[in-house]
Amino acid sequence: MYVAVKGGEAAIRNAHRLLADRRRGDRSVPALTLEQIVEQLALACDRVMAEGSVHDRDLAALAIKQARGDLIEAIFLLRAYRTTLPRFGYSEPVDTAKMQVERRISATYKDLPGGQMLGPTFDYTHRLLDPSLARDETVDEPERRDGDDTPAMRVSDILAEEGLIEADGEVDSEEVGDLTRTPMEFPMARDTRLQALARGDEGFLLALGYSTQRGYARSHPFAGEIRIGEVDVEFHVPELGFAITLGRIRVTECQMVNQFQGSAKAPPQFTRGYGLVFGQSERKAMAMALCDRALRAAELGEDIVAPAQDEEFVISHSDNVQATGFVEHLKLPHYVDFQAELDLVRRMRGEHTRRRDTQDNMPEAAE
Amino acid sequence: MQGTEDKAAHAARQKRLSALASADGRDILALWEKLGIDPACEMVRGPETGLIALRGRIGGGGAPFNFGEATATRATVRLENGAIGHSLTLGRDRLKAKLIAILDALAQDAAMESKIDEMIVRPLQASLAERDSKRRSETAATKVDFFTMVRGDD
Repeated sequence: MYVAVKGGEAAIRNAHRLLADRRRGDRSVPALTLEQIVEQLALACDRVMAEGSVHDRDLAALAIKQARGDLIEAIFLLRAYRTTLPRFGYSEPVDTAKMQVERRISATYKDLPGGQMLGPTFDYTHRLLDPSLARDETVDEPERRDGDDTPAMRVSDILAEEGLIEADGEVDSEEVGDLTRTPMEFPMARDTRLQALARGDEGFLLALGYSTQRGYARSHPFAGEIRIGEVDVEFHVPELGFAITLGRIRVTECQMVNQFQGSAKAPPQFTRGYGLVFGQSERKAMAMALCDRALRAAELGEDIVAPAQDEEFVISHSDNVQATGFVEHLKLPHYVDFQAELDLVRRMRGEHTRRRDTQDNMPEAAE
Repeated sequence: MQGTEDKAAHAARQKRLSALASADGRDILALWEKLGIDPACEMVRGPETGLIALRGRIGGGGAPFNFGEATATRATVRLENGAIGHSLTLGRDRLKAKLIAILDALAQDAAMESKIDEMIVRPLQASLAERDSKRRSETAATKVDFFTMVRGDD
């Protein structure tokens, strides 16, 4: 018999009221504004947009504030919000070659055309806590220098001139995969896999990428190029009959270049892994590129020996909203399930005891 | 002949809508107020907010793939003279979408078109270009100048 129980409404109501109070904290401290979060916690907003899979800085800031800074909760809020909106259509593919570059580095070529531009990076800082940030001190305007506006050449194009690197990457299907519209199926085409990775959990992909560097599916990666900057979003508007620019978004692109010894399927050459993420999210873009490359094992005829190469394992567990939903549902009432388990364990234990007792009382036949 | 005129008109409209969509809603509103007009218009659709699925290309230039979505707002208006204007822009700024649609409709009149281009579109393009050039020079200042260390063996 299944018995439904009710109750807890008042407790829940009061818990949420308490949450609102704790979220606000000490009332003598000014409340955070969304502008402050957008401007001063910009990379938190970037992560929430990337994994929430919705580009909207103000919404990301609101989600962060509402989640008290719990980024996975904020990502969850953004994902829930996106389900309430109609889909207008698909953009034209963004052209990262025409990016307004704010950072562009290569670990493979020192003197590449366009140069190494560090941009606003944490690299080369000493990671010493800066007490001056505890106060609101005046910050200097950035240094400026005349720059040229010729688009920065892709590192992959340099290697392509010598024929030493594979092409950008094609997919067999005419239709572009979209896992927000069709349920996941394995094996998965590379386009759909990249979509899953782009919204995947940064920590999970980082750990898997790291595992490939430590020898679990070793893929000899080099950061061929990382670029961060703004790209135009173009969209074909049916009412107009032509495409217009809808605005700009900042993205991080990572082109990982991997040495490859060749297999029955492909000659020795440099292969590639690709990462493309909202905002300034370098770690995520690099991890995504490492995972993309590792997941191409079957396509390139490599042995599948490590977790990072296992498509179903990686893609099924990369989404932190799904993961948190299933892990955290364990704390919801399971009273009836547990009652059934309790009965089962009692019965098994009783049988176990009975069996042991019967064995103990058996005459020792052999002697 | 008609074909080339259509093409030129398309290109002008495309440029205008792109420049307006790329601008900040507050800047458009400020310039709009300077225009000093208040045309009667009827909302045919919206302003309504939805999502645009964003695409990139594998490796930068290969097969397209979806890498996320962005909020976008669109509007369609009809002026008293029957002209229809459309807009679509990233973000959730409804007033911006409405203003762009009105400007799109107004610009179908040649005299209004040059006024809008001069007083709204060109200033917006100029401030975007200025912002880009500022950012470019800030980035350029972080460019690495490599130099070779000479080892003092002698």
